[in-house]
Amino acid sequence: MHLTQAIVTGQSFWHLPVDASRHGPALDAHLLLNLWIALSLLALAHLILLAGLAFRRRASRPVHTLLLEYIPLAALTLLFAFLAARAQQLWAAQRYTGASPAAMQVEVTGMQFAWYFRYPGADAAFGETRPSLVAPGEGNPLGLDQTDRHSGDDLVTSQLVLPAGREVDLALRSQDVIHGFAVPEMRLKQNAVPGQTAHIHFTPTQPGSYAILCTQLCGLGHYRMQATMQVLPPAEFDAWLQAQEAAASKRGQP
Amino acid sequence: MNVSPATSVALAPHSRWTHHRTVGFGYLAISAVAVGVGTVLSLLMRLHLSWPAWSLPLHGPILPEEYLGLVTMHGTLMLFFVLTVAPQSGFGNLILPAQIGARHMAFPRLNAASMWLTGLALLVLLTAFFVPGGSPISGWTAYPPLSATALAGPGQGEGMDVWLAAIALFSVASTLGAINTLTTIVKLRGEGMSWPRLPLTVWGWFTAALLSVLAFSVLLAALAMLFCDRHLQSSFFVPGGDLVNGVLLQHRGDGSPLLWLHLFWFFGHPEVYIAILPGMGLTSMVLANFAHRRVFAYRLMIATTLLIGLLGILVWGHHMFVAGLNPFAGSAFALSSMAIALPASAKVLSWLATIWRSRPQLTTPMLFALGFVSLFITGGLTGPILAQPILDEYLHNTFFVVAHFHLIMAMAGVFGLFCATYYWFPLLFGKMLSERLGKLHFWGTILGAYATFLPMHLTGLAGEPRQYAQLTGVPGPAGQLLQTTLPLQNHITYGALFLACAQLPFFLNLVLTLRSRLRASQNPWSATTMEWAPQAADELATHRDPCHYAEDGVLFLGQWEPDATSELPPE
Repeated sequence: MHLTQAIVTGQSFWHLPVDASRHGPALDAHLLLNLWIALSLLALAHLILLAGLAFRRRASRPVHTLLLEYIPLAALTLLFAFLAARAQQLWAAQRYTGASPAAMQVEVTGMQFAWYFRYPGADAAFGETRPSLVAPGEGNPLGLDQTDRHSGDDLVTSQLVLPAGREVDLALRSQDVIHGFAVPEMRLKQNAVPGQTAHIHFTPTQPGSYAILCTQLCGLGHYRMQATMQVLPPAEFDAWLQAQEAAASKRGQP
Repeated sequence: MNVSPATSVALAPHSRWTHHRTVGFGYLAISAVAVGVGTVLSLLMRLHLSWPAWSLPLHGPILPEEYLGLVTMHGTLMLFFVLTVAPQSGFGNLILPAQIGARHMAFPRLNAASMWLTGLALLVLLTAFFVPGGSPISGWTAYPPLSATALAGPGQGEGMDVWLAAIALFSVASTLGAINTLTTIVKLRGEGMSWPRLPLTVWGWFTAALLSVLAFSVLLAALAMLFCDRHLQSSFFVPGGDLVNGVLLQHRGDGSPLLWLHLFWFFGHPEVYIAILPGMGLTSMVLANFAHRRVFAYRLMIATTLLIGLLGILVWGHHMFVAGLNPFAGSAFALSSMAIALPASAKVLSWLATIWRSRPQLTTPMLFALGFVSLFITGGLTGPILAQPILDEYLHNTFFVVAHFHLIMAMAGVFGLFCATYYWFPLLFGKMLSERLGKLHFWGTILGAYATFLPMHLTGLAGEPRQYAQLTGVPGPAGQLLQTTLPLQNHITYGALFLACAQLPFFLNLVLTLRSRLRASQNPWSATTMEWAPQAADELATHRDPCHYAEDGVLFLGQWEPDATSELPPE
């Protein structure tokens, strides 16, 4: 509890936004530890610098290279090694393995200057997309191939709606140039690179509306390439998904 | 052109135009133009971020694509034409030959050609403002496919072609310049100037030149590939089926944008060391000069300079932690990036030990060297933070990164340049810059630098991404997130304006000093390195390591003085 309080204080001191994902608190704790260490070393180094200037002159003694150079260097090595090891643990936990098979699948597509989100529907498989079929004006911004049997139940939205407490596996793609998919409140960032699909998985914990930003310069509308991530309590999410799918199938049957 | 007797034209076998000092001043003139334009661009960006409705006189409001043009041109001018040119090519040419006891650079004609080529590159780059579509908008890193097709946005047509041409010219010039520097240091060191006796400045230039040869040749290849992608429909960096602005790109094959990131950062990371290594070397020498001591752990300083250079070519992937790299590669690059903190820390420890209880003379060059140390520490401490991939998951491409590299590279680099200017002014012009104006300049600049760049850490931690043309008027939660940074934005803008105004005493100082008739003494700082020797270069030999000061801190022996005249005990 004591640690949690310290983290909350640190978050507000360092201007960090709300932290609403499962891996967030550990990331924040490590980030804050790093920031406090950096601030302390900054103060210490400047103190030594100013003290060294202020004290009266002393003839340079036979140099204690070991004492002044190698011992502090060994201490710094240990410190950096500890920080790197902890960072590596967190990185491996998040990136070395994929999402669990039970995770919810959502595809994210970036294009100048919008994000689109696709849910696979009841068959749990995404339909084929083809660049030649892309027609935003006709309601097909992703170029979904309707002749593919997996396409029929795919749901495409402009808002990322997710249930709280369930792991999500995002498949990131881009149609044109490199975009950066970032959700600061989820402590999440990964580029969407055209020609390849990147997967990133996380679990939102707190319901609410969060900002999705583009964080890789992508053209003149880069600053306004945003979307909203809506995290709902599970029951509300199920209701939302059913309503969307019902509306979609109604559109699909002329 | 002022040419000191030590390297007089009559003695050099080359004409005035190929004289290394002419070339050096030419490089500094190029940098002066670039830093002037680059600074104005940065102020326009700050004004626009704080007051988006503000209308630039004779132009109108700044549009988003114009803002990104400012970003691109500011970065390109500052990185290439200021931080690479001035310390390495400018002061390198002015000082290096004298500092190693040589009379000239190894290839004077090649040297002059590189300088003119760099000037041409600057001219070509500046035309980007005036071509149809305006300057390119893809930043100094020019990531494709944004940079690979004119369809991707205004400025990505002719503006981008102009950018490519300018940087290609620059790469050729820098490679030639670096070969010249390396050859000069290896072949032309004067009698007695053995490798361990080289001043740390020379070690800085040497390592930076090694890196330049490697880095700029790779960049040149990458630029050629990007040119082919743009105009010959090749597919080095353009994936198959790329749909830009409603048009399906017809390129042969299926390339990868990540290949550009690898090639670019293989150049780009060594590039930042090219920018800072000469400043590190100069700082070491100036601290010792005014502390009247040897540099603490001199041999270790040489080793760490080379080690930083070596590690500098192994860390490029830390720019790509969230770019689509294999996560195992992220771990490997985290390790090499963390490792580079150690030689950098060793340098800081040596600097602190060198000045510890030395009661140095706080002259203006000394103040700027101390400012370099301070900025290097402040900017450097966020380096290990950004070297941790999991933290980049939050911090990548936020203003936290902008704060980091502006403190450690831009501001520290500029402090190195000011240190060089104040320190070598008497050598180059025979006059001393005013200490009073110099100190005013120093205090204003360090205050302005910290006031501008420290708050950027906080707006970055709050989530502000880089390269956003506008922070207001954004709907939804994103707008609310950006809104939280607005109070600090204005503070940063005022800081930047103050920082720019703090340069006025410097210009006043230059003008007043150049007009004054007061002559400086021959070695006004009691310096010990060869460029301050009273004799002409061909009468010189090097007799000892630099920084040979007596215990009392008053008497000193220049590297050029034979032991016979010594009143000090031999080493």
